[in-house]
Amino acid sequence: MTVADPTLTKAGTRDRPSRGRGARERAAWAFVAPAMLAIGLFFAIPVIAALLLSLTDFDIYALANLDNLRFVGLQNYERLLTNPLFWGAMKNTLTFAVLGVPLSIAASLAAAVILNARVVKWRPIWRVMFFAPYVTTLVATAVVWRYLLHTRYGVINWGLTSLGLPAVDWLGDPSTSIPAILMFVVWKIFGYNMLIFLAVLQTVPDDLYEAARIDGAGPWKQFRHVTLPAIAPTMLLVSIISVASFFQLFAEPYVMTQGGPAQSTVTVLYFMYEEGFKWWNLGSASAVAFVLFLCILAITLVQLAVAKRVGAYQ
Amino acid sequence: MKIRAILLNLAVALIALVVLFPLVWMVSVSFMATGEAATFPPPLWPKVWTLEHYRDLFLNQGMGRYLWNSFALATLATILALGFTVPAGYAFAKLKFKGRERLFQFLVAALVVPAQIGTLPLFLMLKGMGLVNTYAGALVPWLASIFGLFLVRQYALSIPDEMLEAARIDGAGEGQIFRRVVLPTLQPIIVTLGLFVFLGSWNDFLWPLIILTDQSNYTLPVALASLSREHVQDVEMMMAGAVVTVAPVLILFLALQRYYIRGMLAGSVKG
Repeated sequence: MTVADPTLTKAGTRDRPSRGRGARERAAWAFVAPAMLAIGLFFAIPVIAALLLSLTDFDIYALANLDNLRFVGLQNYERLLTNPLFWGAMKNTLTFAVLGVPLSIAASLAAAVILNARVVKWRPIWRVMFFAPYVTTLVATAVVWRYLLHTRYGVINWGLTSLGLPAVDWLGDPSTSIPAILMFVVWKIFGYNMLIFLAVLQTVPDDLYEAARIDGAGPWKQFRHVTLPAIAPTMLLVSIISVASFFQLFAEPYVMTQGGPAQSTVTVLYFMYEEGFKWWNLGSASAVAFVLFLCILAITLVQLAVAKRVGAYQ
Repeated sequence: MKIRAILLNLAVALIALVVLFPLVWMVSVSFMATGEAATFPPPLWPKVWTLEHYRDLFLNQGMGRYLWNSFALATLATILALGFTVPAGYAFAKLKFKGRERLFQFLVAALVVPAQIGTLPLFLMLKGMGLVNTYAGALVPWLASIFGLFLVRQYALSIPDEMLEAARIDGAGEGQIFRRVVLPTLQPIIVTLGLFVFLGSWNDFLWPLIILTDQSNYTLPVALASLSREHVQDVEMMMAGAVVTVAPVLILFLALQRYYIRGMLAGSVKG
């Protein structure tokens, strides 16, 4: 590339196949390199380092002086599996997921089916409005809901007592704290999956419903035999993503209950945060992160396997 | 048939009420006098409208500072994320280079790994680099967006090869082609991705909570969470804080909702 003569450069550009490919390859690398470097440095290396970190006793003493760092093998994992607080966090997270995934998907699907009906007016407006909570700042709306759920002055209890029902100590009672947080979570996220379901429902041809109606199928049978088969693959995709997101609940308990009452809303990620950044047990917190990852991965694989089997029967 | 239409419209109205009520209530309470919301039955509308809580937040609680931090970080995150992912997404879609397939497979596999796993080592790394409690530290995770890369790649696949070939025959270099031909075609997805990153950074909580240790560097969500622990009783002030936090992103979303929803559906339906 030390050519100074302009005529030679001209000739060079005409010589396309050999020169062009090399230049294109270099350009491609220049385009890709910054992103790959960032992903490697700030994503891949930390993930691998987390695995290594989880095999050490990295704590506040190691933070001060790395000489205090020791390799401890699987001790962090062993200790976790015998820690009742960790099992409590696992149980709470599972409860969140087991209740929250079907609940949120049902809410999304119901809203989508209703909005998909042609007789509903101003559909584009509702679509955007129902989605809006999803883009709001989680911490801010969690604060709002904390007051809506307030035992004495909350609007929700006011509604209950006006109907003659007893007031509920939503966030103060270990048996209602998870359902209370779930109400907020479903309110916030149902619009996301609703939009996805709506997009799929709009691809179902009207003729199918027409044919079902002629065959004498009522609304339920139409839903069961036309709508449900059409959205089944999407439902699987959505439930996988939902499980993963319910396993990563953190800000909701942090803001609304601080893990309480009686540890009833400590999630795995909340447990990891406290272990790592409150007590500075970074080694053991990394082990928590890995257990969390394995859980998400396992559930995803199971769901995919189930889907394959169901697909094979159809 | 008439009854069905009425029932469906009624159901929609009911959902709309549930969806909107918390947001409307938040705005309404933020204008109430101190202590007004903590009465029974809960008032839905302020007796006298007052701006005292907004004034208090900005004059005494440092809200202006947090607002600026959130705005500056979200803007920088957007610019950086676009600068890193748009060229890479285009290259993965349209330029052949050695190792492309293997790199791509690595990225697909990496998608299943939740970013939180690397949080602790990343914190230690940045601590070693002296980036804890700096904007730079808060911005780092936004550089490594695999999701953004896929989003751009997916869109860039639809650019016709003939268009790029024609530009090459005209003697344009790869950099020129990217600027003059590719970027204008990618404009919709650039707006979408920019919007995702801006809202994502603005709403993010766990990472800024960890990395921004000094109060003067707090973003709005972190500041709001800490305020809400100190001022549990001050419902009206907390609602004003929530309004300041939510309003900018909500307005931005409503203004650009087409881009957001289209990109979201492209990203998720395609997987």
